[in-house]
Amino acid sequence: MTTTTMDKDGRIAITVGPLLYYWPRDTLTSFYAEVAESPADTVVLGEVVCSRRHEMKLADWLALARDLAGAGKEVVLATQALVESDADLRVLRRIAEQGEFAVEASDVSAVHVLAGLGARFVLGPHINVYSRPALQEYVRFGAMRWVPPVELALAAVKSVNAGGALVPTEVFAYGRMPLAFSARCFTARHHRLNKDQCDFRCRDDADGLLLSTTDGTPFLVLNGIQTQSAAQQCLVRERDALVAAGATRVRLSPTSQRFTEAIGAFDRVLNGGHDAGAALALLDAISPPGGLANGFARGNPGIDWTRP
Amino acid sequence: MTSHPTAPELVCPAGSLRALKLAVDAGADAVYLGLKNATNARNFAGLNFDDAQVREGVAYAHARGRKVLMALNTYARADDPAPWYAAVDAAAALGADALIVADVAVMAYARRAHPALRLHLSVQASATTHEAIAFFREHYGIQRAVLPRVLTLSQVSQVLKHTGVEIEVFGFGSLCVMVEGRCALSSYATGQSPNNAGVCSPPSAVRWQEEPGGGVQARLAGILIDRYGADEPRGYPTLCKGRFDVAGQRDYAIEEPTSLNTLAILPELIRMGVRAVKIEGRQRSPAYVEQVTRVWRQAIDSAASAPARYRVEPRWTAELGHLAEGQQHTLGAYDRPWR
Repeated sequence: MTTTTMDKDGRIAITVGPLLYYWPRDTLTSFYAEVAESPADTVVLGEVVCSRRHEMKLADWLALARDLAGAGKEVVLATQALVESDADLRVLRRIAEQGEFAVEASDVSAVHVLAGLGARFVLGPHINVYSRPALQEYVRFGAMRWVPPVELALAAVKSVNAGGALVPTEVFAYGRMPLAFSARCFTARHHRLNKDQCDFRCRDDADGLLLSTTDGTPFLVLNGIQTQSAAQQCLVRERDALVAAGATRVRLSPTSQRFTEAIGAFDRVLNGGHDAGAALALLDAISPPGGLANGFARGNPGIDWTRP
Repeated sequence: MTSHPTAPELVCPAGSLRALKLAVDAGADAVYLGLKNATNARNFAGLNFDDAQVREGVAYAHARGRKVLMALNTYARADDPAPWYAAVDAAAALGADALIVADVAVMAYARRAHPALRLHLSVQASATTHEAIAFFREHYGIQRAVLPRVLTLSQVSQVLKHTGVEIEVFGFGSLCVMVEGRCALSSYATGQSPNNAGVCSPPSAVRWQEEPGGGVQARLAGILIDRYGADEPRGYPTLCKGRFDVAGQRDYAIEEPTSLNTLAILPELIRMGVRAVKIEGRQRSPAYVEQVTRVWRQAIDSAASAPARYRVEPRWTAELGHLAEGQQHTLGAYDRPWR
């Protein structure tokens, strides 16, 4: 199993988070071919949102993982965030037992299965770690890296890491934020369909289905059973705060438009000494409706956008 | 009244001492409450208990053979976990029968400091499978788990088949359409969420704005959650229950303002082995708690003593109908449209 416990001194590693939308297979394949050529250090693969999505089976994800590993990327396989059925648990066990790539636990079921196998794993953003003693517990069971919940402020991350990081910290730094999960599929509901006869309508929404307030302000995005922010998290100008908080990695969440340009922009600012101004202009230009946000990082409402 | 062996415990909410006493008098087997701070998920002004009130409530319940459970179901703050640990100590000192917990940091502390204190896994811990429940059982000794309101009946049944932990399910009350403990919608809009502050769509962030013509806008932290015509009934602007535009359709895009009501499937829940049924609503009035408790007491007694003859009495439905949010009921994830 390839696992990176500690990150290189100085470099803020870049992780491409799991693809949260349902893209046609060709689109997905060409997306990851571009990611393979990008400066990203780590790529998280797998279906996190919906068990009904079937374009990629585990074998397909593993094949893609090998390609990306061959291109020099660390690959992590993520489990589904909401595990409900026996079938979900079987998929989870197969991911946990594959042994070839590290696994990101997206819920406590996965933590339990992985800990039982003696595997070391990444603690994904949907596992509730809000304090150092909580992180200590999960490290005890094998967590080798953690992604704080999106709503956790960098000041709180700093408190967790005070006295020395227990494990490397990866902060969600770019993309529409995963805010909630439900048993109910809101995309299917919008189309007046039941979840088990959804016609896979979420395939039409490359960056989710926009939800606006009655006065026309983009607010949220429906992505099947997941609800996301319409605004894109954008911490490209928060390098100092990230470093002060003890973050050694950032997570960039896949978007359908010019995503590898976003990777390049983050890498130049975080690791190349470039000024953030040009990067911000680019990210602003390529962001879907909803604009940019950095409120959570600053302990404010997540939707807020403060220009540093 | 509660002696039938297969009857699940009726667990009722108390936001005040008055509600606790009325719930006990109306037939609750257990009452759950929280302290007056951010350590529980109903951290509202004017609600909840100080130490003396907990002590009095515990004495009142224990004198009548009932239990008091203390909700300590938010996540300890990174910069100051002390209030959560203090609340664990308080629960032990004040004689609570169990703590309802969500955070592994809090569970680890409780195990260490008060190993005899019974732990219930809060719905805020988002344990939807027997594997997740086993994690909390093996490492922290939890003896009961409250299931999130997202599982179908057959999924609840699967959990029950594979776990030795007592299972509690929600029976009635406001419906979280999101998986509890995994929702940051409120903090996205207001900065405060169930996990980090024990609130959702907090009243301090609500503004009602009159429109010319008699309509009114309900805003949460400035965000327009709903807009009501002059004659439309108005609901509290809980973020996920507002009306929004999606692809040109204005509707309740996430969930309608309904209440969960599982009276119709109570015998099935009992047959599967559900050990406790929870009524939501510590923020509700004592009169509400009393009425809901009375109906559910009758329903559980009826379903447990004569399951074959059980039926949802029209007067129960009528009484609960008056109390429901939006005066509509749903079976939530137990029902067909969710699947």
